[in-house]
Amino acid sequence: MALLDATDVTGGYGGADILCGLNLTLSRDEVVVIVGPNGAGKSTFMKAVFGLVNVRAGSIVYDGRDITNNKPEDIVARGICYVPQERNVFPSMSVQENLEMGAFIRKDDWRPQMEKIYELFPRLAERKKQPVGQMSGGERQMVAMGRALMLEPKLLLLDEPTAGLSPKFIDETFRQVKRVNALGVGILMVEQNAKQALAIADRGYVFSSGQNRFEDTGRGMLANKEIAEMFLGG
Amino acid sequence: MEVLQLVVYGIVTGSIVALGAIGVSLVFSILRFAHFAHGDVMTVGAYGALVGVTLIGVTPMVAIPVAILFAVVAVLVAEFCLYRPLRSSHPVILLISSFGYALILRSAIQLVAGPAPQVFKSGIQIPYRFGEIVIRPDHFWIVGGTILIIVALHLFLSRSKFGKAMRAMSDNMDLARISGIPAYRMILITWVIAAALAAVAGVFLGMDTRLHPVMGWRLLLPVFAAAILGGIGRPYGAIAGGFIIGISMELSTMVIDPGYKHAVAFALLVLMLIIRPTGLFRGTSL
Amino acid sequence: MELSGLFGYLVFFLSTVSIYAILALGLNVQWGLTGQINIGIAGFFAVGAYTTAILTAGPNAAHVGGFEFPFVVGAAAAIVTSGLIAVLIGMITVNLRSDYLAIATIGIAEIIRFVFQNEQWLSHGVRGISDIPRPFHDGQGSGYVFLALVLACVAVVYFLVERARLAPWGRVLRAIRDNEDATEAAGKNVRLFRLQAFVFGSAIMGFAGALYAHFIGFISPDAFEPVFATFIVWAMLIAGGSGNNKGAILGAIVVWLVWSGTETLAARLPPEYATQASAARVLLVGVLLELVLLLRPQGMLPEERPRPIARRKD
Repeated sequence: MALLDATDVTGGYGGADILCGLNLTLSRDEVVVIVGPNGAGKSTFMKAVFGLVNVRAGSIVYDGRDITNNKPEDIVARGICYVPQERNVFPSMSVQENLEMGAFIRKDDWRPQMEKIYELFPRLAERKKQPVGQMSGGERQMVAMGRALMLEPKLLLLDEPTAGLSPKFIDETFRQVKRVNALGVGILMVEQNAKQALAIADRGYVFSSGQNRFEDTGRGMLANKEIAEMFLGG
Repeated sequence: MEVLQLVVYGIVTGSIVALGAIGVSLVFSILRFAHFAHGDVMTVGAYGALVGVTLIGVTPMVAIPVAILFAVVAVLVAEFCLYRPLRSSHPVILLISSFGYALILRSAIQLVAGPAPQVFKSGIQIPYRFGEIVIRPDHFWIVGGTILIIVALHLFLSRSKFGKAMRAMSDNMDLARISGIPAYRMILITWVIAAALAAVAGVFLGMDTRLHPVMGWRLLLPVFAAAILGGIGRPYGAIAGGFIIGISMELSTMVIDPGYKHAVAFALLVLMLIIRPTGLFRGTSL
Repeated sequence: MELSGLFGYLVFFLSTVSIYAILALGLNVQWGLTGQINIGIAGFFAVGAYTTAILTAGPNAAHVGGFEFPFVVGAAAAIVTSGLIAVLIGMITVNLRSDYLAIATIGIAEIIRFVFQNEQWLSHGVRGISDIPRPFHDGQGSGYVFLALVLACVAVVYFLVERARLAPWGRVLRAIRDNEDATEAAGKNVRLFRLQAFVFGSAIMGFAGALYAHFIGFISPDAFEPVFATFIVWAMLIAGGSGNNKGAILGAIVVWLVWSGTETLAARLPPEYATQASAARVLLVGVLLELVLLLRPQGMLPEERPRPIARRKD
């Protein structure tokens, strides 16, 4: 059974529809990457999954439950976490506090999970008390992901996690995504660095003008000349 | 020696201004508007304590819970009747609404308590003398109380779950929502804390001078100046700003007419706006 | 006898409303058109009043003045001084969010009041300045002449402000109010336009102050308490319709009707309730202002285009 099953998702911010009948499925433990040109509705689709965009028609089913147009706070409680592209940390707060905020709605003991995250991102473990605002872009991205993982989500939504990072950090970020996935977290990711992203992806989707254009395994997409030429920068 | 005496007065005034400025700063960082009724909430607190003092016969310090109760009720009424319904409007509409509410509070106080100045307790206190410096017992209470409150606030913001969540909301409202922090509950907590601090500031102001219906409104300018000086949305900055403003205001009386104390607060505010609008501690960028 | 008394009251009422209408028109340039918050209307009003008082009143050994200039000079000077103060405040706050302007204007108004209260040589302190002449005709029947003058002034100010609103200049101001970034991107000097609007509005307020001084003939710091000179003007503009100049005038009439109507009611109370009654009247206007904000934010006469700061759909 699919963890996430989006059917004919149509909607936008109130004006014209940005999403025009998109379909996407994601199985447990899968890494799925969405690529496509600017304005294709990739980020908007992700926000729609998280309840931040109004869905006018179609449905989004998560773990067997319809979550279409649910409030973000309810969706978080169901086990989906979202890392926006920008402004995805609390800059004046320390690393540790950022992670704690990720666990805000947890009633149980979240300290073991925090230890796991520090194991996953040893660099953060060295800087627990440092205000995140003083850290580099790559480190902030780790904090952002760490914050989202504090809830032990079953599905993690990542909006362009490598945007603005130096090449060294881009590679590292993708490796971390893979490691997070290995913990049993499904990952839905929008990426501009399409080739690298597809290299770690189980499956990929191409969106354009709010519609599905193509889908295949990550490997299959990288091998497809036509797709590579049109959407992956040659 | 005169300088030291004025510094003492400045610390007393600074304590009062700081308590007000913390509230203004917190409200701004969570609700994104300058709360113009804050001075009058201080007045409500002071008169609330006066009710306690006259009805139960306790000292103003003991009557502080009554003051807090009055101020919290005043603020929550505004939240439910005005600020919440207006929240989907432009933030400046909230500002104007709070300005109107300031007038409502002030005239309501005048209606009930009358326009004449009042005191918590008549009679002269015997001051302590330290060399040539004279300190009234009330001043010890005011400064001591302020220090206690600042420590408690620090523990709340740095240790408690809701205190941290408040800082998170101030830092990045959208991300706080995404993380599942309950925005509305945080707004209510913010109001209660801001009102409680304003109430204490009002009681202290009444102890330091006397009570009259415009006492809080008159202090609004120094309070805002302190909040901006400290960097709006930075409670610790507001504390520093409060003491800087308070001490500068009192020291200025050495060279200029005491009537212009407020002009000093204003001048500092203007200076800050010109050289560094984000405040000493880099508050919310506007 | 009774009829002439009523007539005299009507003249007084209309003159007062006219002065308030000019204040509301000035505020409309700042708030209605540009989205700037001025909580220091009383300050500009006072500066205008004192400027003309010092220049036109007869000599008094206790303070500067005794120049006995004609009204026109006094009014022109009032416009200039209040405009200059606005330039100073505007230059400091023009790059910042309107909250800062609101705070700065409170500060300046309080300081102006302190100056007029404390500086004996300048303003005669709390005793104020008296014997400010009525323009053109001072004596029997001067009320009618003044009413004609002040009505003409309302007409002129309305004409100017309405022209400004419809001119390209006014369109830029509205564009700034509605979407500052886009206007800036369109190559407009947002700061300069904002500063111009703030100074224009404040100069109008100073002019209203001059008219007030000549109308009453005596001014003291008490007349410039924020409640009367700032708060009521806001209530007038919000109730009448922010952004609509006709609304500003209508708001002045309606709010002043409420205000003086409650005064008549209060006068029937025993004198020991006088202070309570005046507090109750302020309370009432405050509640009215909030009700308008909540129930009809666009005011009685809405601006003749969709308001961006009106409530969005929930």
